[in-house]
Amino acid sequence: MDYEKLIPQKIREIQPSGIRKFFDIAQQVEGVISLSIGEPDFKTPWAARKEAINILEKGKTAYTANSGLMELRKTVCKYLKNFIHTEYDPEKEVIITVGGSEAIDLAVRAIIEPGDEVLVPEPSFVCYSPIAAMMGGTAVPIVTKAENKFRLTAAALKEKITPRTKLLVLPYPNNPTGAVMRREDLEAVAEVLRGTNIVVASDEIYAEMTYNGVKHVSIAEIESMRERTLVISGFSKAYAMTGWRLGYVAGPQPIIKQMLKLHQYCIMSSPTVSQYAAVVAMEKCSADVEHMVDEYDMRRRLVVKGFNDMGLECFEPEGAFYVFPCIKSTGMTSAEFCERLVYEKKVAVVPGSAFGESGEGFVRVSYAYSVAHLTTALSRIREFLEELKKA
Amino acid sequence: MNTNKLLDLLRQNARLSNAELGVMLGETEKSVADEISHLEREGIIMGYSAIIDEEKADENGVTAIIELKITPIKDRGFDDLAHTIMGYEEVDSVFLLSGAYDLSVTISGTSLRNVALFVSERLAVLDGVLSTTTHFILRRYKEKNHVFNEDNFDERSMVSP
Repeated sequence: MDYEKLIPQKIREIQPSGIRKFFDIAQQVEGVISLSIGEPDFKTPWAARKEAINILEKGKTAYTANSGLMELRKTVCKYLKNFIHTEYDPEKEVIITVGGSEAIDLAVRAIIEPGDEVLVPEPSFVCYSPIAAMMGGTAVPIVTKAENKFRLTAAALKEKITPRTKLLVLPYPNNPTGAVMRREDLEAVAEVLRGTNIVVASDEIYAEMTYNGVKHVSIAEIESMRERTLVISGFSKAYAMTGWRLGYVAGPQPIIKQMLKLHQYCIMSSPTVSQYAAVVAMEKCSADVEHMVDEYDMRRRLVVKGFNDMGLECFEPEGAFYVFPCIKSTGMTSAEFCERLVYEKKVAVVPGSAFGESGEGFVRVSYAYSVAHLTTALSRIREFLEELKKA
Repeated sequence: MNTNKLLDLLRQNARLSNAELGVMLGETEKSVADEISHLEREGIIMGYSAIIDEEKADENGVTAIIELKITPIKDRGFDDLAHTIMGYEEVDSVFLLSGAYDLSVTISGTSLRNVALFVSERLAVLDGVLSTTTHFILRRYKEKNHVFNEDNFDERSMVSP
């Protein structure tokens, strides 16, 4: 077999995730303590787990409607109305997907064709540009900066728009920086987009996790943006349901209708048991979410202070569960820093460069860990820095 | 100051410094220190102790929970006898319970025999004690929210978004 010939060039050229590359290194070192995991350390709230058991006992294991269980679509619409003050029709404007990731995939595939450009604020999560590339499109990074709190500015956006621009990914609250777009930032972005034919894929998977009294605002709420926005979210982060693989996308019917065809041929319908459990999660587990967010917030303060105290300047994140300290003062690249930290102190954090070139000079630290775990890891990083200074 | 949160953090780990507690609660180190002194003065925080896996610390050590049925005394109820029992230094805890028996007494000793002797010679003979039942703890699974004998395995994959 000539596999080289078999596999199309654009598939071969897709790079494996930079996060993954670093883990291959970390995994070879024994006794590593990790600050690199991007999923909650909490278990799914009991009420949702109990519902899944109940559904299994009743044997409700058939496919659901392609776009998802009607009851769940209604629940999602009710939730969005309350949470982002935007109304969607559960019949035609929502798809229950296999995680937020599938919703991102559908959005890009439904909209991008060869020659199109997808704008992606960076640093950000790693999946947007490979999907764009598979569709023959190009991801155009928009660099966000620490001095702008890693927010997307209207000026930076305007600069990158061309006649080929079709899609803007808006990944806030942001992984890896923890940045949050405030209403006024979104207003400015909306002002640039109004009157264009650009769609926004608003990846709001961390929307429930905001701190310092900041409440999440969706760009879909901003005047005349609903018609050009796909709200993408899911149950993984807020409800600690990563393994259930359940997300959703809500948006204008003409786009959702096309996305549904892709979903139908690729997925059929999202996992049935997960969908029933998700109804209960959304309807009955808001207190659990609140408790988790409270816990994250305490850890967030501890970790931000920890890094600032040890001289690694750390932007104060207002969302998600990551901090993104700057390591430029060490004179190392982020990949060097992370490799040495793993080998010398057995602590794994992710190089910022894994999230786009503009992440260079930073590392991503997850605080989805117990306080005891975090304090141990922080003190090892402190030792590492002290030894660097002496050397 | 959110006192409930502070108490929760201390329940989980009483060794966090006031500075760390302050950062986590969004308070100054001093106001945490003040609040803790206040809670100590009020007797809400009674003390600080480690959660120890006694089996690992001392293989031969034994702990027993003893159920006591006792006769209450007019006007003073169960207090007199409870006070007598809690005065013994072998006794770790004394609770008055609802239900089938009255007092639950926890005792640690160096051997089964010592504990059994303590029960028969010191507790059973007290005036007002009607009966005793001794239960030896065979295994600890969880105490004060800490799970024993479980390796700290994080089932989450090292590779994740």
